[in-house]
Amino acid sequence: MNLTLHVWRQTNAADQGRFVTYKATNISEHSSFLEMLDVVNEQLVRDGADPIAFDHDCREGICGSCGFMINGEPHGPLPETTVCQLHMRVFQDGDEIWIEPWRASAFPVIRDLVVDRSPFDRIIQSGGYISARTGSPQDANNILVPKENADLAMDAAECIACGACVAACPNASAMLFTSAKVSHLNLMPQGQPERDTRVASMVLAHDEEGFGHCTNHGACQNACPKGISVNYIARLNLDLRKAKTRRQGDLI
Amino acid sequence: MKLDAKIPDGPIAEKWDRHLFEMKLVNPANKRKYTVIVVGTGLAGGAAAATMGELGYNVKCFTFHDSPRRAHSIAAQGGINAAKNYQGDGDSIFRLFYDTVKGGDFRAREANVYRLAQLSANIIDQAVAQGVPFAREYSGLLANRSFGGAQVSRTFYARGQTGQQLLLGAYQALERQVHAGTVTMYTRHEMLDLIVVDGRARGIVTRNLLTGRIEAHMADAVVLGTGGYSNVFYLSTNAKACNVTAAWRAYKRGAGFANPCFTQIHPTSLPPSGEHQSKLTLMSESLRNDGRVWVPKKKGDTRPPNQIPDSERDYYLERLYPSFGNLAPRDIASRRAKEVVDEGRGVGPSGVGVYLDFKDAIARLGRDVIEERYGNLFDMYMNITGENPYEVPMRIYPAPHYTMGGLWVDYNLMSTIPGLHVIGEANFSDHGANRLGASALMQGLADGYFIIPLTIGDYLARGGLAKLDESHPEAVAAVRQASDLTKKLLSINGTRTPTDFHRELGRLMWDDCGMARTEASLKAALAKIPQLREQFWKDLRVPGTGEELNQSLEHAGRVADFLEFAELMCIDALHRDESCGGHFRVEHQTEEGEAKRNDDEFAYVAVWEYQGAGKQPVLHKEQLTFEYVPLAQRSYK
Repeated sequence: MNLTLHVWRQTNAADQGRFVTYKATNISEHSSFLEMLDVVNEQLVRDGADPIAFDHDCREGICGSCGFMINGEPHGPLPETTVCQLHMRVFQDGDEIWIEPWRASAFPVIRDLVVDRSPFDRIIQSGGYISARTGSPQDANNILVPKENADLAMDAAECIACGACVAACPNASAMLFTSAKVSHLNLMPQGQPERDTRVASMVLAHDEEGFGHCTNHGACQNACPKGISVNYIARLNLDLRKAKTRRQGDLI
Repeated sequence: MKLDAKIPDGPIAEKWDRHLFEMKLVNPANKRKYTVIVVGTGLAGGAAAATMGELGYNVKCFTFHDSPRRAHSIAAQGGINAAKNYQGDGDSIFRLFYDTVKGGDFRAREANVYRLAQLSANIIDQAVAQGVPFAREYSGLLANRSFGGAQVSRTFYARGQTGQQLLLGAYQALERQVHAGTVTMYTRHEMLDLIVVDGRARGIVTRNLLTGRIEAHMADAVVLGTGGYSNVFYLSTNAKACNVTAAWRAYKRGAGFANPCFTQIHPTSLPPSGEHQSKLTLMSESLRNDGRVWVPKKKGDTRPPNQIPDSERDYYLERLYPSFGNLAPRDIASRRAKEVVDEGRGVGPSGVGVYLDFKDAIARLGRDVIEERYGNLFDMYMNITGENPYEVPMRIYPAPHYTMGGLWVDYNLMSTIPGLHVIGEANFSDHGANRLGASALMQGLADGYFIIPLTIGDYLARGGLAKLDESHPEAVAAVRQASDLTKKLLSINGTRTPTDFHRELGRLMWDDCGMARTEASLKAALAKIPQLREQFWKDLRVPGTGEELNQSLEHAGRVADFLEFAELMCIDALHRDESCGGHFRVEHQTEEGEAKRNDDEFAYVAVWEYQGAGKQPVLHKEQLTFEYVPLAQRSYK
């Protein structure tokens, strides 16, 4: 296949950035989107130009490194598919494709399609864990977890922290990400002792990082490569409300 | 170089307990005075950094990823073994130990493997306490499955994302310590060298991948959890950035490299499809629990699979191994697939592949059950190939997946350089010549949570560590050396890209040092590798500068090290004139075509010592003795 790519090029956070047009020629329909970019990059290097920078690693849709906008859609046109798992057979020969980084002020552009997603780590640091000291737990089967809860928790825990939810949201909110972790842990019996402080701390950290508020658009759910449901945001709001009621002023 | 494995005395079941008591301790109030560097944030590194921070050490943790959660442990699919005997099917610590020593074809150290089996149960307890959402039965109890050649159900799993969930458990524990201030996290920093002062590991040189700044970080001890080197084959199931650089640079500073030729070729990956291909995607081995492996009986049978009647199919694993069938260990399943493909009975457009068929399982269990067990894997397969495995059998083929070789370590997980500790896949590990399924997660977490945080205390408590900082001449020299190497890579200005060289090296290694190795193929590789390396340093092109995010430069540095490491791998494979586990020398096979060990001459760990550029490394041997698992020919008939 032959394609025309309009790719966002930006040297660093201070640079203005611009679209640059490239031809991708002789692309196998069996290659992935990233493999298509590999081919373009190999040619750029041979021509003495700077290749397009993008984060990627496992190329199996699980590490969460990759992700950018393709024709205005996070991770491109296929539902529940990261760009590394998106294959060129979904495009037509001769297509024009617009490629640009996640757009959110909390995710500054580092270079080209690479953005700084370290705010996600800091949200986790604020409470996205269960404080289980290494070496002290009881036998695993002493903690019974109803299968429905385990499954619901797992659905949330599948989040790969790619940032597509933020990129899709008109408010650049990271509520789907935050709620997935809050829900995963708050659904487990092990997560109960810290449930109130967890949700309050994580929501506060989320806001302090400069993400916008959730106004229930649901675009995050459509963009999520792991199909994480906005129901978890409702769950987070319920948890937060309960926590505030229970703990009044001394929450954080 | 002197190899002392430091195995504690006493009966095998008491060694670890005895050792725990005999080790020196660091007073709780003094722990914060010690700085420990951890490189890598996978299951081993992440768990180690979190636990050592929790114990009170001052931990500096490094990863080249943008977040510690991206480490490649995240991609492990199938599960984690533990001798819990929750299914009451006769499992025990001894059985897991026995299976692992035997599965490793008697090339692992008994004492380490036994400790691994002991700790396996603690791992599950720890992970559950952290909230890892393992699969559950309706009773609320943990679910198990049988996996990868085991005859008991001892594998715990979280759908097809067990590695992800365990890694997130370790990652969350790590971030908790970052929040507590005991761990300082350095993301997008790549280790370029080890700093050795007075014979002890005292720091590392890193490159900040965003600014290009190359600098030294000093510590009282260094822990490498930097993963394996399957990407020496270019195409493997590893993530793109996995590399040998940290281990290789440590080797060049004096750490012995053990059994580099022990590589695992995983039987169930997607087949290669073309030149554009950047990696091979693993399909979890758990699929072999319900899928049946077959090829047509006739050579060159190009009929679609559904039109080939049962009588004309060869379910070759079931035929050859009636008791293990499709669950035969990885090395055996891989080699048999290569054999039928070499016979001209391979399937798919390239003829390089075998079928993994779920028709019978779907008929027996219903599509829902199969979807529940493997839904995400089937989706991934559909995405990549465009074919529907609920209707058409999957096509699979072996791919490089895991490396049992690595830096040599003693019972304390310390390398031959005092103060340099190596954990997880990066060490030569407990898997001998072949790793059993669902054992990698177990080993990474045992090393990270339960072994290194304690053995490192013994090292630190023995003292003798002078105060020093980044201005030490050895640190300054190491930084200069790393900077010079970076400049050299940028200045060649030739015509070929790092990927181009990497691909060529990978093809060479796959052909000559892959699933089947011969004296002639290894000698040929040893002649070709130096030539390719010479071309690399003459004709490489790396665009851009060293003072910015430069992914070509990162890749070039890793390929440069693979080009040196590949030679050591072939030297080791050539010297090991026997077959064992994943190391199959065509010259040494039984009449049935199984690996034929030579225990009289090769029941040892081969440890290589660097002698300088262009010089033959020196071989040292750690003799292996088997007191508890009698040496025997593996049989999975």
